[in-house]
Amino acid sequence: MAEVAGRTRGMGELIDVADKASDFAPFGRELAALARERDDIVGLTADMGRYSDILPFRDEYPDRFFNVGMAEQNLIAVAAGLAKTGKVAYCTTYSVFVTRRAYDFVAIACAHSQANVKIFAGMPGLMNGYGATHQATEDLNMMRGIADLTIIDPCDAVELRQVVRAVADIKGTVYVRLLRGNVPVELDASYRFVPGKAQVLRPGGTIGIISTGYMTGRALDAAKEVASRGVQVGVLHVPTIKPFDTAGVLDFVARYDRLIVAENHKTTGGLGTLVTEAMFDAGVLKPVERIGLADSFFECGSQEYLEARYGLDLPRFIRAIMG
Amino acid sequence: MMTASGVTTTDIDMLRLRAYDLRVAMLEMAAGKGEGYVAQGLGMADCLAALYFHEMHHDPANPDWDDRDRFLLSTGHYSIAMYAVLAEAGYLDRAEFPSYGLNGSRLPMSTFDDLPGLEIVGGSLGQGLGQAVGMALGLRLDGREARVFCEVSDGELQEGSTWEALMSGATFGCDNLVALFDCNGVQADGPVHVQLEPVLDKISAFGWSSIEINGNDMEALVRALEVSRVRDGKPKAIIMRTQPGSGVPTLEKRERAHFVRITDEEWQVMRDELEAGRPGATRG
Repeated sequence: MAEVAGRTRGMGELIDVADKASDFAPFGRELAALARERDDIVGLTADMGRYSDILPFRDEYPDRFFNVGMAEQNLIAVAAGLAKTGKVAYCTTYSVFVTRRAYDFVAIACAHSQANVKIFAGMPGLMNGYGATHQATEDLNMMRGIADLTIIDPCDAVELRQVVRAVADIKGTVYVRLLRGNVPVELDASYRFVPGKAQVLRPGGTIGIISTGYMTGRALDAAKEVASRGVQVGVLHVPTIKPFDTAGVLDFVARYDRLIVAENHKTTGGLGTLVTEAMFDAGVLKPVERIGLADSFFECGSQEYLEARYGLDLPRFIRAIMG
Repeated sequence: MMTASGVTTTDIDMLRLRAYDLRVAMLEMAAGKGEGYVAQGLGMADCLAALYFHEMHHDPANPDWDDRDRFLLSTGHYSIAMYAVLAEAGYLDRAEFPSYGLNGSRLPMSTFDDLPGLEIVGGSLGQGLGQAVGMALGLRLDGREARVFCEVSDGELQEGSTWEALMSGATFGCDNLVALFDCNGVQADGPVHVQLEPVLDKISAFGWSSIEINGNDMEALVRALEVSRVRDGKPKAIIMRTQPGSGVPTLEKRERAHFVRITDEEWQVMRDELEAGRPGATRG
């Protein structure tokens, strides 16, 4: 059986996994590279610089970096103000804090004005062992309620680096689920992220997995694992949650009799809801199994323990595929 | 008589007349709908006249001019005052006044930022000052001389985010930022009852160069704005004690001044009261 990709340390930092390539701090290093090309890039954090991988940018451009301290509402307001003077403001904190605490600021100070604020939100979903205070298990549900907001859930380091650049050219406010630390490389170098487009990473098979974010790596691992048992599985990766690629998803759905939707998020209000809603609206009724989290608060513990306990680990995928 | 920067008594009189014109415009606008946030607007008329016709560098023909001074109205429901000053300055046609607060109007009761001259969506209270800090940082990064002026109400001093922004303004040394605190003593549920005072001491303690004035005293406003020009590494705060309904005695005396509904007959009474207090100077 393949190793489970991307285990984490305490602060959502992914650690190297045997047999899997990784890329250290891809967000901050790519942002620093982008800032060398564009002087309109600024960076902000709310006392989460170290834990969001933005320090490579700060070290290279200290004059363009603002740490507002533990004040997430102010983080978003200051970012909006910078954007309204022509800057592209990249800001970082944890997903839980920017969504639950600063929601109104994202909606009104940023999205309503289509301000060029790019929020890189650390530890999305169940990526931290500190319990519910640090686990953003409903962030996709919350954020997709905001009009004129783009939402992206990258799956690996290759995609994350491309997203860092792509969002600079997306007009308006963008919420990105951030992977940090030694972020696994799941995609090959030929992959091209296209905003708003779902992408077939593994075609064919009799069962289709539709996944987003960190769970896409696991879907690919599961597909490889069951292939050795003679079961073929297709994988559609949906990095952009909003705007949702309804046509791309329905096209994939049409090729399969049975589907699995996987996300590092509650099974309600995120990708599972979007996929089933799109299917229902199009009059497509097929069996769909959702891999994701229950509507609950979750306890503390190691990443491996939590994923196994709450059903995000590789065996959960295998069970869903094998039926 | 002249101030340090050469403002004469005649200039002050002219600014008073400008403020009077803004008050006339506000009554005209509110009479169309029969209601509105008139009292706060009247209280802010002097400040807005001093900013738009004396202190700020701006160009109504080019509202997006990169080097303009910015004015942020954080308290979005003071919109009536904003529309009055934008029209008086030439950003807006007075012919739109009767549409204030009506369906489909460009002049909603709480401001959006799609009208030329408006910098932010106001109204979700507590969001203005943080954005002003961001704008001040952005202008400084670009090496521009432009400054940022941000109105904040005393009600908004009850939002934690306002104090977060106060900390940031001082932390980042935003000496191109002037916060104008409109302390008029009223909010939605009545008189301000939350323990805010001493506002001046608190804001000073947060690292801002602060001054407290009568916000309906034009000479004091002009002087305070002049003092705010100094670039000493500290953000500036002007705590303005304003009178809701200023210039219209009927409204000054009204206890429930947050949102007023007024009968057709009363509008004429208020116009007459305002006109009776018209400043004596003639327009230059």
